[in-house]
Amino acid sequence: MHKKHYEQLQESIYAETLPNGLKVFLQPKSEMAKTYAIFSTNYGSVDQTFVPLDGEEKITVPEGIAHFLEHKLFEKEDRDVFQDFTKQGASANAFTSFTQTAYLFSATSHIEENVTTLLDFVQDPYFSDKSVEKEKGIIAQEIRMYDDQPDWRSFFGTIQSLFQSHPVRIDIAGTVESIQEITKEDLYTCYNTFYHPSNMTLFVTGNIDEEKMIELIRANQDSKKFAPPAKIERFFPEEPETVAEKKKQVRMPVSVAKCMVGIKENTDYASPEAYLKQELLTDMVLDYYFSKSGVYYEELYKNDLIDDSFGFETSLEKNFGFSIIGGNTKEPDRFADTVKGMLQRMKDHTVTEAEMERMKKKTIGQMLRAMNSLEFVSNRFIQYHLAGVDLFDIVPAIEKLTAADANDFLKEWFNEDRLAVCQILPQEA
Amino acid sequence: MKIAGEKIITGKGATLHLIPTKKYKTISIAVKLQAPLERETITARALLPYVLQQGTASLSDARALRLKLDDLYGAILSISGTKKGEKHIITLRLDVANENYLSDRTPLFERAVNLLREILFEPKVENGAFTESIVSRETQTLKQKMVALKDDKMSYANMRLIDEMCKDESYSLHVHGYEEELKDMDGSKLYGFYEKMLKQDKMDIYILGDVDSELAEKAVQPFLERDVSPIEERAASVHSTSADVQEVIETQDVQQAKLHLGYRTNIRYDDSDYAALQVFNGLFGGFPSSKLFRNVREKHSLAYYAASRFESHKGLLFVFSGIDPKDYQKAKEIIDAQLASMQAGEFEGSEVEEVKDLIVSQILETIDNPAGHIETLYQQVMGNKNITIEQMLDTIQQVTTEDVLQVAKKVQLDTVYLLTNKEAEKNA
Repeated sequence: MHKKHYEQLQESIYAETLPNGLKVFLQPKSEMAKTYAIFSTNYGSVDQTFVPLDGEEKITVPEGIAHFLEHKLFEKEDRDVFQDFTKQGASANAFTSFTQTAYLFSATSHIEENVTTLLDFVQDPYFSDKSVEKEKGIIAQEIRMYDDQPDWRSFFGTIQSLFQSHPVRIDIAGTVESIQEITKEDLYTCYNTFYHPSNMTLFVTGNIDEEKMIELIRANQDSKKFAPPAKIERFFPEEPETVAEKKKQVRMPVSVAKCMVGIKENTDYASPEAYLKQELLTDMVLDYYFSKSGVYYEELYKNDLIDDSFGFETSLEKNFGFSIIGGNTKEPDRFADTVKGMLQRMKDHTVTEAEMERMKKKTIGQMLRAMNSLEFVSNRFIQYHLAGVDLFDIVPAIEKLTAADANDFLKEWFNEDRLAVCQILPQEA
Repeated sequence: MKIAGEKIITGKGATLHLIPTKKYKTISIAVKLQAPLERETITARALLPYVLQQGTASLSDARALRLKLDDLYGAILSISGTKKGEKHIITLRLDVANENYLSDRTPLFERAVNLLREILFEPKVENGAFTESIVSRETQTLKQKMVALKDDKMSYANMRLIDEMCKDESYSLHVHGYEEELKDMDGSKLYGFYEKMLKQDKMDIYILGDVDSELAEKAVQPFLERDVSPIEERAASVHSTSADVQEVIETQDVQQAKLHLGYRTNIRYDDSDYAALQVFNGLFGGFPSSKLFRNVREKHSLAYYAASRFESHKGLLFVFSGIDPKDYQKAKEIIDAQLASMQAGEFEGSEVEEVKDLIVSQILETIDNPAGHIETLYQQVMGNKNITIEQMLDTIQQVTTEDVLQVAKKVQLDTVYLLTNKEAEKNA
């Protein structure tokens, strides 16, 4: 087990890759009551086309299958794993994102039993025709719930207007129709391909003793047999430079319209360092202009184009990336034109050293605040790790940034062809 | 792991609660202002949190204030209003980095407290009134908030359930206020409400983090010395119980129906059976192992979520579920059957023990988060109770199966609210 200590943040991380390929990270925090563990596979909704383990030909699986699989892993032949965690005082959960499926629990007692349960249930699938059929009703209601949420519809609508062929444009849960096609055989195919320990990461943080914990994990993994690690071949269609739809409008029964401006981000990072730099700079410049201290926020607010639902976010992954700016607005067209104009103007602005210092201070302070949360640290650590970046090196990376970096970034950021607009509009009478 | 103790210092104008802990890389400051929930003041109190963020005596506008926060290493300010039972609480929160984790060690805490003091006591004022242009712009924001609430179907259904269930009780007042009251709101009127708040509200200040007690006490002196004339406590609204259950069905163009049920428990935070109510809720609908989730979701595949939650200061309990519109009757029957089963004592001693452990764990996890810790302690101020967190956990552990059964028998269905679509109604 390898220890890395981060002096300024007063944190230590213990890391080990087991013989079966599983990557384990432990972060003891004895002042916390709780322990949080997350067991994550590098497999999400975008991994739709791949060569199955022991297969030769690539296949494409039904939309929403990674999320369906996440639901079904909790059910075993004789019981529901939620109840196992409950008996051990833990609360368990799981989530599926574009690129990740993760299983997790938090607890303040029975930590060793709960870690064992977490490893064992994820590594022991049981799918039957009957239980697959039963789940379709539950997931259909989950999809319907999201269908009624204007925030979700505007987020996804923006992604669909940005991407022409990349599977990020497919809803993570699939559709009520697409999930009907899913069979138990499909689930086993995806499971066997993507849930090999060498494609997975375990992060445990909180009130733990790192030596005892790694012993337990090693013994648990040594007792199980796995196929030798194999490289997973995944396929992604060529995504054109330009957006799918410059302007998309969705009608639904809302009282207030919404408008989002999306940017299809460049993803040709030269190195993990370049990736991190691009991510930090994108966040920082969006924050600089569009957070409540930003000049553009002020302008939008004074012109009655936004309310307090306004926000922005960036997501950069290996082969897709986007930023989204928007919220409720009374004038969706004027909002879209104004924000697009602002984005163009940003490219001509020169950030001064003093402005850069303020941006850096803010980003560092907010990173410290986020680190209060065990969930944030574990989830982000894994995400960054897959991109080759160490979460705890972020503060020094921010400290190194200069105004020149921001200015270079702004010049090259995007062009008009990579912008799209998505509006949620009330239904016509 | 040791639970951080709370040190309480009572001043004439406010009560200071110090919670020293090294758990976090930030220091959290929260100021709570408590007043009765009233139709006459609710709209102004909903508007004040917006107006107070638009500048101070020395920071001319909202952006100047935000830049000041950025300079304090991205300190996070939030001001919001909530209702708890029949009280309204305005909370000002400021979270600031602990400079021990920064390469620049210039102290931030005192500057943060001073900024919060300025925001609360020295807002931007012209001739004894808030600036008209600010009040009218923030009125717009608040109005849009009231309207947008309708687009979040879960919140909307909650609000409508309480509207119908608590018609004659102040608890049904809308936390965002009322549009008609905004019509003749102006800078001087709102300033009058602000002065009343400063003069009459009960104020509690929380400081949580790795900060020296003496330093903290000194920093908040202006709050502790506030000139105050509190008003008398009002009696809670009386609700006359009727055996009839009312059913309210509304239609909108929705994909999923929201079935929300309201119950009376008449058990409040300072009641001796409050801990048993927590355990009851855990067995009934508080966790994935509860009866509601196991039956409505896992057994009958009717919903993605089906859960219950209780209101601590008013004695209410709510059940929520999102279902296919055609399944209304079936879902309602299954939910009713779960309560009947609780009332018939159909739960094992071992399940009670499991739920007790889950609740203890939930409380411990809540206090692993700065805001969660502060809210847990503030519950006590609200409920006029003063016990340590250890004692709180103890009372949970002492709950017996019989205690839970007695609570179950007190739970009475009052109102069933369904938000569904037109097709379902036609077929019903």
